[in-house]
Amino acid sequence: MTATTVASTEEPRRAGPRRRPRGGLRQGAAGPLFVAPFMVLFLLMFLAPLGYAAYLSLFREKLIGGNAFVGLDNYVTALKDPLLRQGVTRVATFLVIQVPLMLLLALAFALALDSGLLRLARVIRLGIFVPYAVPSVVATLMWGYLYGPDFGPFAQLSEKLGLPAPHFLGDGWMPVSLANIVTWEFVGYNMIILYAALRTVPQELYEAAAMDGAGAWRTAWSIKLPALRPALLLTLLFSVIGSFQLFNEPKLLQPVAPDVIDNAYTANLYAYSLAFTGQQVNYSAAVSFFLGLVIVIFSYAVLFIANRRRTS
Amino acid sequence: MRRSNSTPSQSQMSRRLLLTAAGAVSLGAALSACGGGDGGGSASSSSKPVSQADIDTAMKKPTELTFWTWVPDIDQEVALFEKKYPAIKVKVVNAGQGVQHYTKLRTAIKAGSGAPDVAQMEYQAIPTFTITDSLLDLNPYGAAKLKDTFVDWTWGQVSGPKGEIWAIPQDTGPMGMLYRADIFEKHGIEPPKTWDDFAAAARKLHKADPEVYLTNLAGNEAAAWHGLLWQAGAKPYATSGKGNVSIDVDDTISKKLATYWGGLAQEGVIGVEPDFTDAWFSALNKGKYATWITAAWGPVFLAGSAKSTAGKWRAAPLPQWDTSKPSSGNWGGSTSAVIKQSKNPIAAAVFAQFLNSDPASAKLFNTKQSFFPATKPLLEDPSFTGAAAPFYGGQKVNQAFADIGETVSPDFQWPPFLDQAVTDWTETVGTALTRKKDAVAALDAWQSRLTTYAKAQGFTVKAP
Repeated sequence: MTATTVASTEEPRRAGPRRRPRGGLRQGAAGPLFVAPFMVLFLLMFLAPLGYAAYLSLFREKLIGGNAFVGLDNYVTALKDPLLRQGVTRVATFLVIQVPLMLLLALAFALALDSGLLRLARVIRLGIFVPYAVPSVVATLMWGYLYGPDFGPFAQLSEKLGLPAPHFLGDGWMPVSLANIVTWEFVGYNMIILYAALRTVPQELYEAAAMDGAGAWRTAWSIKLPALRPALLLTLLFSVIGSFQLFNEPKLLQPVAPDVIDNAYTANLYAYSLAFTGQQVNYSAAVSFFLGLVIVIFSYAVLFIANRRRTS
Repeated sequence: MRRSNSTPSQSQMSRRLLLTAAGAVSLGAALSACGGGDGGGSASSSSKPVSQADIDTAMKKPTELTFWTWVPDIDQEVALFEKKYPAIKVKVVNAGQGVQHYTKLRTAIKAGSGAPDVAQMEYQAIPTFTITDSLLDLNPYGAAKLKDTFVDWTWGQVSGPKGEIWAIPQDTGPMGMLYRADIFEKHGIEPPKTWDDFAAAARKLHKADPEVYLTNLAGNEAAAWHGLLWQAGAKPYATSGKGNVSIDVDDTISKKLATYWGGLAQEGVIGVEPDFTDAWFSALNKGKYATWITAAWGPVFLAGSAKSTAGKWRAAPLPQWDTSKPSSGNWGGSTSAVIKQSKNPIAAAVFAQFLNSDPASAKLFNTKQSFFPATKPLLEDPSFTGAAAPFYGGQKVNQAFADIGETVSPDFQWPPFLDQAVTDWTETVGTALTRKKDAVAALDAWQSRLTTYAKAQGFTVKAP
């Protein structure tokens, strides 16, 4: 989802005779020139690696016996790979639960901030946003310490209260713990997007609503929420894509919970391990493309459902 | 230096060189056909000695070597080399430690440019790089002369089957046991001499104080497991010729270990938490563990990370399976290897040798970086062995580990795909230990996973 602004090629009308720049550029050619730097980088940094990965995914290189063309064989393997299926299923389950919770929280914060009823609104806004500024690596290391079963603060606290400490890094709790880290990291980011969208609602609408006798809740429901729809859709899409690509958090919690987070815990972690542990670069490329395809399907599903609801 | 696991490797087949129907193309041909991949120079595996005249010429020619290493403050050792050979400048690059470093190294080698001349390389990583023919044989460059300088088993680790010398040893990690004398005394426990005594002590101690465990066996530390296998005399891996590998990680010796450790874990009398984490450091500081089964780099490491327990620790050899034949394994330590693509093979080979065998440089590794030496002269040096360590109650810890080093078997081999072995161990045996499941069954899973992988990579796997 990249929004590129198309340069207007319409010429402004001018009085007087038009001078043709001789040997220079026609004005219509300026647009592509402005876009050129982006296009060059896009080609070099995005499309070329993608193309190369696609090319790689059609081969199989072995430590003994070298490289061979295998066509779509890697993709067939990926389709049948239980480890990959397990990783994709896990992140899909994760996003179905975590993303709505996170967006609801972000929405609540944004509406509260926008209502103007909060004191210290700026401080609060900054406070909610700050975790997003913390690199996810640092955030995960911090939470990993907090979750610690022996000497982590939560464990210490429950020990003081005489309660059994929840095993945050155990098998059952791990998805919850991960969801908590991801939510903590990104709720502020999503809140800022929603809050910014709310700031663009014209004042007249609020005045009109007030004239019609709408209270704060009614205004939020009938004016703010519809105005937020595009922003919500955007945050939803980003979150879905982000969830499927879950990598940093499990990778960094692996050292403290090696028995829970294996190398196929999430699909992206699996692709990484294939390439850098098993040296199966070709299969890893196929797995990455497969994952990309899943993400595309999901993203389109989200858009499709959103559009259908809008037209109905 | 520290433990690590994992090493990369890659096949040097040029991607442009599709396999012909005739079958495999020899690596040499692939290399020369791979434009830009060939480092040039006299980097061939033939043991044609390089003449002293050539060496002298090369060492006077202004050259810049690139050296990838994670060793802190290594500039001082490098300066000694530059002082002796003023024409040569060495650019030291830290490309990460362990896994990261190997991943970058493998990528650069595969790309055909950007690899360093010399790289830090742990013993267990060597076969993973030689299988892809990425290292320069140092034998033609006079490295054989150093054989008697280094501890025998280290030389075995860096030597190839045809007399190749793949790297020069830098430091070692013979395994021993560090224990809390105060906890032992409090509970009337003698330092265990055999593994049976050790198990009995583990039960006794945990019964006496449920908050304390005799030791922790980390389910994410394949390196320590391999060291214990080494001590027990196992031969889990062997490579013969190119592409023949035997994998035997569930033989009787391995099963003995799995039964032993898995049993202690299931009884709940030892800890099984991952190591080198915050919680683990806290546990060592707070006396949750009465011993740390570690390597010769452990004493200094522990003194730096468990300051609150200073003076309470002592060092001892590992408990033994057979007291009549004391033995130990190795965990960690590393070498300097010359990358085959180096455009300055002579200077790089001389540097790798000088750095680790020059007496002043070798001693500096011990005094400055606290590395445990790999050279015999240093291990016999009274100023080294006689040093009293206050953290260990004035014990001569260096002497203790120097003696242990004598008992490390020289014929333990590593697999040509270490990363996979490590990962598979963690996900089978390591997980079984952590979750108190059947560790012996996990061994079989480890064996079958590794065998499947090796076959998929084109190896001919000899079944045990």
